[in-house]
Amino acid sequence: MQTKRTIFRNLWLPYLLVAPQLAITLIFFLWPAGQAVWQSFLREDAFGLKTTFIGLGNYERLLDNPEYLNSLKVTAVFSISTATLAIVLALVLALAVDRMLRSARVYTTLLVWPYAVAPAIAGVLWWFIFNPTIGILPYLLDRVGYDWNHSLIKRDAMILVIIAAAWKQVSYNFLFFVAGLQAIPASMREAAAIDGAGPFKRFWSITLPLLSPTTFFLLVVNVVYTMFDTFPVIDAVTSGGPAQATNILVYKVYRDGFVGLNLGSSAAQSVILMAIVISLTVIQFRYIERRVTY
Amino acid sequence: MAGITLENVGKTYAGDVAAVADVNLEINDGEFVVLVGPSGCGKSTLLRMVAGLETITEGRVTIGARVVNNLEPADRDIAMVFQNYALYPHMTVRQNLSYGLKNRRMPRDEITRRVDEAAGILEIGEYLDRKPRALSGGQRQRVAMGRAIVREPAAFLFDEPLSNLDAKLRVSMRGEIRSLQKRLGTTSVYVTHDQLEAMTLADRLVVLRGGRIEQIGAPIEVYRRPVSTFVAGFIGSPAMNLLPGTLQGGQLHVGGQSFAVEVAGNEKVEVGIRPEDLRPAKSGEPGLAVSLAYVEALGAQQLGHFRVDGHPLVAAFPPDQLVHDRMSLAFDRTILHLFSAETGKRLN
Ligand SMILES: Nc1ncnc2c1ncn2[C@@H]1O[C@H](COP(=O)(O)OP(=O)(O)OP(=O)(O)O)[C@@H](O)[C@H]1O
Ligand SMILES: [Mg+2]
Repeated sequence: MQTKRTIFRNLWLPYLLVAPQLAITLIFFLWPAGQAVWQSFLREDAFGLKTTFIGLGNYERLLDNPEYLNSLKVTAVFSISTATLAIVLALVLALAVDRMLRSARVYTTLLVWPYAVAPAIAGVLWWFIFNPTIGILPYLLDRVGYDWNHSLIKRDAMILVIIAAAWKQVSYNFLFFVAGLQAIPASMREAAAIDGAGPFKRFWSITLPLLSPTTFFLLVVNVVYTMFDTFPVIDAVTSGGPAQATNILVYKVYRDGFVGLNLGSSAAQSVILMAIVISLTVIQFRYIERRVTY
Repeated sequence: MAGITLENVGKTYAGDVAAVADVNLEINDGEFVVLVGPSGCGKSTLLRMVAGLETITEGRVTIGARVVNNLEPADRDIAMVFQNYALYPHMTVRQNLSYGLKNRRMPRDEITRRVDEAAGILEIGEYLDRKPRALSGGQRQRVAMGRAIVREPAAFLFDEPLSNLDAKLRVSMRGEIRSLQKRLGTTSVYVTHDQLEAMTLADRLVVLRGGRIEQIGAPIEVYRRPVSTFVAGFIGSPAMNLLPGTLQGGQLHVGGQSFAVEVAGNEKVEVGIRPEDLRPAKSGEPGLAVSLAYVEALGAQQLGHFRVDGHPLVAAFPPDQLVHDRMSLAFDRTILHLFSAETGKRLN
């Protein structure tokens, strides 16, 4: 493929044009990231008067800290469940829309709406729906004999934040799946139908493998989303509780740093988080290069 | 092995689009039938109704002894070759060929036998472990054919299978499809809008126009006696010349000449003359007075593009024929095609 090239007469113009973007990246990303890395090697006393360089001390203490290890585990459960739920739901919805012709536009529009809702508002919405005293769902669950209380029961709290976080992500995934499905030529499915594959067989042996690049891409994007962007959801719904049950890494960074004022430890945590996300992204690029063009 | 019968078959798409109407056609066992017609005339729709990919809104389709109207594509015992090949990109060639057999729970050694046999026939044996993306257009085409062959179905259905290939490959694949079909003796229905492909492949041609059958016949029959100006213009390349004329009491007036024809009636007509039936008139011989527009040299022959009374006229000459600005062109009056100017139907 040919790329379009523009030749600038003035040598400085191109640099001028990318300067704002560069400045934003520098000021809001690289500089704080550098600060965080530096901070993670320091220890500050409670009044912020004296800082000492302690090397990897903050990291060592983190890995010995059961609270932090718990947070890692909570994050893993939360991320994988949220991503899986959001992907499976989105795929089911996309498959349903793909079969319709007439009303597909209306459905697509409706299904994309949640993405426009601010995460904190989505969180509050679910908080109301699941509220043990005034919510509709606990009331219904009570009828089938389940006593819902996410402010006391750890599992309930986890289920609630997973639903609240996944709900928003479904829209995003849905759009990708619809596009992915439409990219599969109709004749492929017709050929499979003539080849004697029923709808289920067709899905498993043709549609799903052809969607696998999309699915993998979404898996990584979703996991990254759950690690970073779910902060408002957690904050609005459970604030990390009960008893640390939903205290995911990004929330713990905030709690330890801004509430607990343990800046060194908080910085080390965010560096670890950054490392996780960077490695996920690297894996994704590697994989896309190798596998995605089947 | 089986024949295919279409009785009063019609298709109306949602929104009252009548794509196919009133098609009656009996395809014999082992016959190669080509559906031909301009874009949008309903060829694909008709084929897809036989395949079961499109519901049949009117009439009845029978394959072998069974009415298949309500059968799933998989149960109709047909195989189809698509224009874009529709190979499964994530499967190897062998998996592509085996897929339909596996779905039918055929024993594994029988699958291997059939796939190897088909690969031998189509000379794709060395590509069996490749994915389709690692094949050229022609090789993909063969794999698509292979997927049809291994099934050993009652009928092959082809929807413009060669139109994605370059001109040279198209000619050679055309020959291969023809000889393969003769060898296997499988009933085949082939859709194309390329009249040359249609002429060379068909045992019988079906010319479609606006969703209806215009003419059915052996290619040479259709070429010699097109039933209408539509078929006359569609079959044969370069297309048949159509000149306006008048028929009056057994006399035909065309291009400044009058002569007797064996057609009664008084009406305006279109006179069809094939380019290859025109030649320079000998001195004293009556002919059409034409003026030259330009000449196309094709190597084996040359095409003279003329005008006669303001109407275009094409003549095919041998390559060594001298072409002049003004000429008189003669034609054999016994192989004229006469069509009613009003209905376009053949008169003689
Ligand atoms: N799904 C559909 N819904 C409505 N109309 C359709 C549909 N598919 C085809 N048609 C119409 O039916 C008519 C016949 O279409 P068809 O695809 O059979 O033509 P074709 O002869 O195969 O043309 P081509 O040579 O371009 O492939 C066309 O007028 C087309 O617009
Ligand atoms: Mg077509």
